[in-house]
Amino acid sequence: MGRYVARRLLLTIPVLIGASFLIFAMVYALPGDPIRALAGDRPLSPAVVAQLRDDFNLNDPLGVQYLKYIGDLFQGDLGTDFSGRAVKDTIARTLPVTVKLTAVAVFFEVVIGIVAGVLAGIRRNGYFDNLVLVSTTVIVSIPILVLAFVSQFVFGLQLGWFPIAGTSEGLYSYILPGLVLASGSLAYVARLTRTSLAENLRADYIRTARAKGLPRRTVIVRHTLRNSLIPVITFIGADIGALLGGAIVTESVFNLPGIGREVYDAIRQQEGAVVVGIVTLLVFFFIFFNLIVDVLYAVLDPRIRYD
Amino acid sequence: MTERQQQDLLHDEVQAGTQTGLASPSVDVTSDRQNSLWSDAWKTLKRNPLFWIGGVFGVIFTLMAIAPQWFARGADPRSCDLANSRDTPSAEHWFGFDQQGCDYLANVVYGARSSLIIGVTAVLVVLLLGVVVGAIAGYFGGFTDGLLARIADIFYGLPLILGALVLLRVGPSTDIPIINTRGPGAVALALALFGWMTAMRLVRSQVIAVKSSDYVAAARAMGASSPRILVRHILPNAVAPVLVYATITIGVLIAAEATLTYLGVGLQRPAISWGLQIDAGQDLLRTAPHLVLFPSLILTLTVMAFIMMGDALRDALDPRQRA
Repeated sequence: MGRYVARRLLLTIPVLIGASFLIFAMVYALPGDPIRALAGDRPLSPAVVAQLRDDFNLNDPLGVQYLKYIGDLFQGDLGTDFSGRAVKDTIARTLPVTVKLTAVAVFFEVVIGIVAGVLAGIRRNGYFDNLVLVSTTVIVSIPILVLAFVSQFVFGLQLGWFPIAGTSEGLYSYILPGLVLASGSLAYVARLTRTSLAENLRADYIRTARAKGLPRRTVIVRHTLRNSLIPVITFIGADIGALLGGAIVTESVFNLPGIGREVYDAIRQQEGAVVVGIVTLLVFFFIFFNLIVDVLYAVLDPRIRYD
Repeated sequence: MTERQQQDLLHDEVQAGTQTGLASPSVDVTSDRQNSLWSDAWKTLKRNPLFWIGGVFGVIFTLMAIAPQWFARGADPRSCDLANSRDTPSAEHWFGFDQQGCDYLANVVYGARSSLIIGVTAVLVVLLLGVVVGAIAGYFGGFTDGLLARIADIFYGLPLILGALVLLRVGPSTDIPIINTRGPGAVALALALFGWMTAMRLVRSQVIAVKSSDYVAAARAMGASSPRILVRHILPNAVAPVLVYATITIGVLIAAEATLTYLGVGLQRPAISWGLQIDAGQDLLRTAPHLVLFPSLILTLTVMAFIMMGDALRDALDPRQRA
């Protein structure tokens, strides 16, 4: 196991470097001269411009710029944006919002997704099963953008149950955006639980458990569910990484000052250092949670051996 | 062996100047055995309501993209009268009017074309990239496979919307053809560039699964070249899963296109697009909600049509799911 984890960690490095370089190369091909834009209407003196260009390494070729960036990165320095704020501080300010949003989304995935999946899986082809099948198909088909606006309109404006924007009402303001962000994964969790449960219910050990007279409830909760939830838990784990990076639209529509909206603003305002810093962090999260999930798989399912 | 593989094998034998008899078994086991994968699949498909609902919507929206004037009830999306600004739906004008007083039904209907063109084009590029890279990785294995898998991992780490967002924001100032146009081609290409990895993995795994089978070994023994083995003997086996994936992905990429356009990096005015309509309507959500709700509804139904057809295809083509 230790060797497997070490090998996976080593494989992470080229992927992380490749992804950050990809973004770096795209971002630093950005249009316009950010230094000139910084100066506004009154042009800076050539000496100041030269100094600033030098400070931000804008005169070096792309490869050298990138190496300098990576060098700073390993010393914990993510650079500053063009108005002098440290990217690290920007991330520290916005990440908690996105983490809260992701936590709320995962909570809904677990509670609603698994409960719906279990109820559907117990009685395959029953009324509730068909209801879950149809509703998950519909939910998966609604683009996040549409779901965000429609729920904002219905539950925020029409019914007035939830705030429509901002984080002023604490955790309560995260409920609606959290549900919207979770929707696609929630439907997938329900389907995964249903299929997995229905498959395990046909297994020999379940027949044995029934034959020795255990109550139905015990058979389902203690025997079937435990095994059925392994793929579900691993999916949710991997999804955390994806949700953290997938919140651009949700955060924009609901006006949450999180990392997704920050990176969107940075892309529009050509804040290269912020874009590269945040995206590299998001890629790291994505890879990290996938690694955890693979290890978790071996822990939960003793049939899987990595060594 | 299917009839096609028989013919291919025969062709390879003739090329190699051998006659092994493999290509012409004395007992034809294929003739009146059970049906092929595809006729079985069609039988299952015919009985699936999901397929019919998705199919009917799919045909409607395709027609809408080809000939929007049939659906616009005689209105021209570009002839507007400010007197009608933001009027609500009526019997005459089913979807009402937008801010500029243009008939909204006509605008929403004319939006189908760019969405469908981008969705289908992007998926075709995804398939091209996925099949070529996946086939090379799976067939040659070893170092090539490892390298291509790492490259795919790099792209996997970047969320689709985020990657396409950065590329399209930068695009117009670069001199990369297509990407610098701000048109539908740029959006389709950006989506494909950050979305080809799953198709590649699908094809790769299919190729690895089929590579070691006897008929591939037979073709190789007769001296068929690598490209020929790949195209004739291996890739046809990957068609079923790739077809399912492609159908669903058209829907997913149409949604992604609307999102990118909404975020301001996709299609630009004066193009007619659902993403632009939702973007223009969002500030009026309080006073004229129909401006957001109608394009949203049609966008959702379009995405749903492709996802439903894809789901139904998967149920029909995957024998393991058959009870």
